[in-house]
Amino acid sequence: MFGWEFPPHNSGGLGVACEGIARALVRAGHDLHFVLPRSYELSEKNISFMYADTKREHLKVTPIVSTLYSPYATSSSYREAVEKGYIEPGPYGNSLLAEVMRYGQQAEAIAKEVDPDVIHAHDWLSFPAAMAAQRATGAPFVAHVHATEYDRTGGNGLNQQVYDIERAGVQAADKVLAVSNFTRQTLITHYGLDPAKSGVAHNGIDSEEKKGMAPVLQDIKNRGGKIVLFLGRITIQKGPDYLMQAARQLLDVRDDTYFVIAGSGDMHDQMVEQAAALGMADRVFFPGFVRGAKIDQLYQSADLFVMPSVSEPFGITPLEALMNKTPVLISKQSGVSEVLNHALTVDFWDTEKMANQMNAVLEHPALYSELSRNGNQEVHTISWDDTATAIDAAYGSVL
Amino acid sequence: MYNIATFTMATVCFYFQVHQPYRLRNFSIFETTHGDLDAPRDYFNDQSETARNNQRVLRKVARKSYLPTNQALLELLEEHPEFRVSFSFSGVALEQFAEFAPEVLESFQRLVKTGQVEVLSETYHHSLAFFYDRDEFHNQVEEHGELIYDLFGVTPRVFRNTELAYNNELGQWADEHGYAGVLAEGWDPVLDWRSPNFVYQPPGAKKTRLLLKNYKLSDDIAFRFSDKNWKSWPLTAEKFTGWVNDHNATRDTSGELINLFIDYETFGEHQWEDTGIFDFLRSLPGALLEHPDNTFMTPSEVIDNHEVHDEVDIPDTVTWADTERDLSAWLGNEMQQSAVKALYELKPHVKEANDSDIMEDWQRLQTSDHLYYMCTKWSNDGDVHAYFNPYDSPYEAFVTYMNVLSDLRERCGRQGKPSKSTASLAVEVS
Repeated sequence: MFGWEFPPHNSGGLGVACEGIARALVRAGHDLHFVLPRSYELSEKNISFMYADTKREHLKVTPIVSTLYSPYATSSSYREAVEKGYIEPGPYGNSLLAEVMRYGQQAEAIAKEVDPDVIHAHDWLSFPAAMAAQRATGAPFVAHVHATEYDRTGGNGLNQQVYDIERAGVQAADKVLAVSNFTRQTLITHYGLDPAKSGVAHNGIDSEEKKGMAPVLQDIKNRGGKIVLFLGRITIQKGPDYLMQAARQLLDVRDDTYFVIAGSGDMHDQMVEQAAALGMADRVFFPGFVRGAKIDQLYQSADLFVMPSVSEPFGITPLEALMNKTPVLISKQSGVSEVLNHALTVDFWDTEKMANQMNAVLEHPALYSELSRNGNQEVHTISWDDTATAIDAAYGSVL
Repeated sequence: MYNIATFTMATVCFYFQVHQPYRLRNFSIFETTHGDLDAPRDYFNDQSETARNNQRVLRKVARKSYLPTNQALLELLEEHPEFRVSFSFSGVALEQFAEFAPEVLESFQRLVKTGQVEVLSETYHHSLAFFYDRDEFHNQVEEHGELIYDLFGVTPRVFRNTELAYNNELGQWADEHGYAGVLAEGWDPVLDWRSPNFVYQPPGAKKTRLLLKNYKLSDDIAFRFSDKNWKSWPLTAEKFTGWVNDHNATRDTSGELINLFIDYETFGEHQWEDTGIFDFLRSLPGALLEHPDNTFMTPSEVIDNHEVHDEVDIPDTVTWADTERDLSAWLGNEMQQSAVKALYELKPHVKEANDSDIMEDWQRLQTSDHLYYMCTKWSNDGDVHAYFNPYDSPYEAFVTYMNVLSDLRERCGRQGKPSKSTASLAVEVS
């Protein structure tokens, strides 16, 4: 299995999903070798990690750790980083792509060493590696798509090289698994995916009873104020600007509400400015990137979690919110809306409706409590083991 | 062992429920806060291409169900002078026929004119007012009676409450108000050892009789007809007649009466034409009448021609819905409870406003369907609920309903919720 990142060394949902999938596959009895591009201190029971930058006798190794680039950087941010001289443009035009291609070069040797029955790769970053392994061993290649360049860029300013790698991976794969029907449809429409060789493996979540934690923003809560939470990368894909517009409308009818926009991203500064321009600078907080226990603390403090994504292949955060018994409002343009019944849903562009729904949750305790209780019950039925079952079926179809 | 000649014939009694709610359009809080409170509200006037558009839904159901079924019944009544059916029409359905499909209303009028069709009494707005506001309930029953008289020239003698919701108190109410009978679900747990196939009476009733739905045979038609996994699929008139005839053979123990209480939209809308439901309907009366001991009666005729078998004590409300047969599909969760509470708490303000538009909106909001759309019992009877729900989710239904209710409250000239002052919530942001 080729991946790009693995918790705790992850920058977002891809690493979390790889971990959930890897563990569930091992539980289901699969013998798993997980390949990562860089060496990390990772210990995970029953998963054998391999690193593409580790010296092998028969390998000419080029250390490929060079930047801190996350798989979520957008094409414009690459360009900016190159222009500002933060990174050296590589042979493919920028450093992340260079890493991806170098990762691919190492994959052949690793694959021969492991001699897999199936090659399973997550997203474009590891597709060149998987394709090399496929060529080297003849083993079938399952491409697992968690996000596409279409989602990341909202369709504008698509990075052609990234798109080409995604497309090549999808075309070369013997089977393509998408994290949702939503994403499967994107692949069929924009990547020429043959529907017949495609399937869906919805993400899961580890079931856990969250401990109650001291709420943050105690001042607000003490005064009966309400908190609406956004948590995710502040990028065009996640739709923070639509939430801002809805927030403005909501504040026109109820003045007790505060918004927490947690995360970082290339639209961060723009959002701070937009909040000020809309006259609600004192109502919108930007605590930055949040990690670990702080995340649960934020979820639990919130009266409502909103995921207004413009294009969300899956979206694990609403499941995390519900694990913490926080009601969720999610965009219809998301994969997670296919597995959650007990959620409010809205088209990301329909900010008036978004404001109406936010208001209703904050106004009516009955709605809050039904969404919280039923959503929490439902999220405990969503498991990575179901994801593994879908993956297992995909393996069966190519073996 | 017994002498067949002394027994009355076995009776089949059809009652069809005809109802269409006024579904709500999307209604935003900003229409209340930023709009003109005196402007027309049009809560029920959705113009979209969705199942919220009442005219669209009504015309579709008219085409697929009401018109072809009425035509079939008209022919059957003519062909078989012994054939009988009864209808209960909600007032809101009749209003929509008059407005969107007058030909449907006319065809129902033709059916009633045959003299072989009885019309039952219910609440005008298909409401659950009996359980919340007895005056309002009584008022709606009266209004309904007037409408039925105006449209059909008849005065109903038999009552059926919304969703067949029944308890002893309703039986008592019907008895006090001179009804010949009330309909209810023949649910085994409340019947104990009794069969639904006799005429009963509420405890202590002087006049009112109780007719109980044979839910097994009724649901064979209404729910299971097109179920290919059902062992009796495909259901034919001959097969169904066989089951009724089986009752005939042992009717001293298993009963002398088969009450088939069915949503009228079963024909052509819930069971589509291609399932063969119309062929079934067209051949059923003839097939049943082939057995010399079978006959048809309307609920009033049943009551006039059958002895009371026993009293049935039903202290807790029984309905015809879901596996629970209670009101939980309408009132089972917190949203439904808080919505219905807010609705009936509005009554004094609605009365005070003394405005016929406000009154009508308030009454239309009492239609039970609005509460049904908020049902979250998805896991068990989920399929049925999702099919009848024009909203994305029960939560969406609740949001819309509460937005409208809050707008109505504002219109009543009442300060609905205390306005939230900025000053009191000024928070030190640290």
